[in-house]
Amino acid sequence: MISSSFWAMGGYARYVWPCFAFACLVLAWNLWAARRFRVAAQLRARRAMEMAAVEET
Amino acid sequence: MSVGALEAFALVVRRELCLSFRRPDQLLQPLVFFLIVTTLFPLGLSLQLSLLRDMAPGVLWVAALLSSLLSLDSLFKSDADDGTLEQLALCGQGLTVIVVAKTFAHWLVTGAALVLASPVVGTALGIPGSAFPTMMLSLGLGTLTLSWLGAIGAGLTVGLKRGNVLLSLIVLPLAMPLLIFGAGATDRAISGTPAAGALYFLAALCVFTCTLAPFAATVALRITLE
Amino acid sequence: MWTWFYKLASPPYVYGVAAALIPWLLGGAALAMVYGLIAGLAIAPPDYQQGEAYRMIYVHVPSAVLSLTIYTVMAAASAVALIWRIKVGHAVSAAAAPIGASFTLLALVTGSLWGRPMWGTYWAWDPRLTSELILLFLYVGVMSLRSAFEDPSRGDRAAALLATVGVVNVPIVHFSVVWWNSLHQGATIVRLGAPKMPGSMLWPLLSMWLGFMLFFAAVLCIRLQGEVLNRERQSTWVREAVKS
Repeated sequence: MISSSFWAMGGYARYVWPCFAFACLVLAWNLWAARRFRVAAQLRARRAMEMAAVEET
Repeated sequence: MSVGALEAFALVVRRELCLSFRRPDQLLQPLVFFLIVTTLFPLGLSLQLSLLRDMAPGVLWVAALLSSLLSLDSLFKSDADDGTLEQLALCGQGLTVIVVAKTFAHWLVTGAALVLASPVVGTALGIPGSAFPTMMLSLGLGTLTLSWLGAIGAGLTVGLKRGNVLLSLIVLPLAMPLLIFGAGATDRAISGTPAAGALYFLAALCVFTCTLAPFAATVALRITLE
Repeated sequence: MWTWFYKLASPPYVYGVAAALIPWLLGGAALAMVYGLIAGLAIAPPDYQQGEAYRMIYVHVPSAVLSLTIYTVMAAASAVALIWRIKVGHAVSAAAAPIGASFTLLALVTGSLWGRPMWGTYWAWDPRLTSELILLFLYVGVMSLRSAFEDPSRGDRAAALLATVGVVNVPIVHFSVVWWNSLHQGATIVRLGAPKMPGSMLWPLLSMWLGFMLFFAAVLCIRLQGEVLNRERQSTWVREAVKS
């Protein structure tokens, strides 16, 4: 499908592909970590809201 | 009785110097640390003066940086602990004048002492006497700049537990350009090439820092004291 | 005219705007990056001097530019927060810091992988590489300082001051290749006069840069929502926002 010379990158494959792989990793980590952070913040806010509701009663 | 800014400055400097000289062992600690660290490098790397001479500017500067950092923790800490800092902030003189005075006094007992000790250490590392004026000038400018960068860091970390590790983490990246030019100036003086360029840059860094850092340090202290 | 600025100072407004923007930013980022990667990896011709290895430029340059841009954004938000006491500024600064640090690390690693075949070494104590490393230390310092305080608002203000002070490093990184003899290549695009790169190589690069910027904006919005919630936990608008 994609020719082997593309994968070989003129002999520099062992530098080029790890480079792009690390870039993908960093981008994926950013998305994952940001989502996890937001979810944790929402959970904490929900808990604070419930505690406040309990205290009001 | 109202006191002018210059009088307040002189009073605070005198107070700081009095307090420092009351504890001579505390005064000597950074100096001794400086001597010990410079001794570590020949022991760890090479005992030949000819080889040491090449590394001498860097070794000297790293040692000066580390011993300055060690003493920065005490810049605001003792006053913050017993409440004097709040009193100084409220005394109506303007916190900036106080901060300038404290930092200047601190530099006198640490940075200036290092500069005076540097010929001794320089000889031990194989630096020729001809390079001493440049070396001392660069160290003088560098330690002054470092005292100011440290004042910002100390102001930010004064209330924290284990604040001195964080202080180093904050101040060292900001001090790296200083190290590059200071060691570069001394290096050039040793090899005989004109060091004026590096010295001018160092002086520029010093002026830049001494002008802006007092305000940053004051803001830092206000953040901590609020 | 300044109403949009005042609106942005309101946490619930920012929360809503961020939520609305995220899918568009992510979509735009994906499009720009797909085009950039295909055009850069497959269509652009190999370089005369560097052969196929130059293609690492398509992740290295955008990540390096982003690392500086994000620090500037962080410092600007911090300055706004300190000067005008707008709390949202602290939220933006806190959200931007880890993203910026990760892009700085990416720039250093991709640069290192590029340096090995081109310069023969994974690392050199060169002005640009060293100042970029200092940038990473500054990011870590800002994040550490913020988390060292028990009182979060005090931590915010301390970190904001440090971020503002550290911004002097940004022009040092950018101009390091001009001011000192550097192993690193000089400015190719952001310079007076025409860019020194042919169009077939330049367009994918600009597209990747745009893609990274949009991606940063998207991730910033996600983190910003979390940061705003953490700072405004007790407010009534949060109850409404979290109920859904």
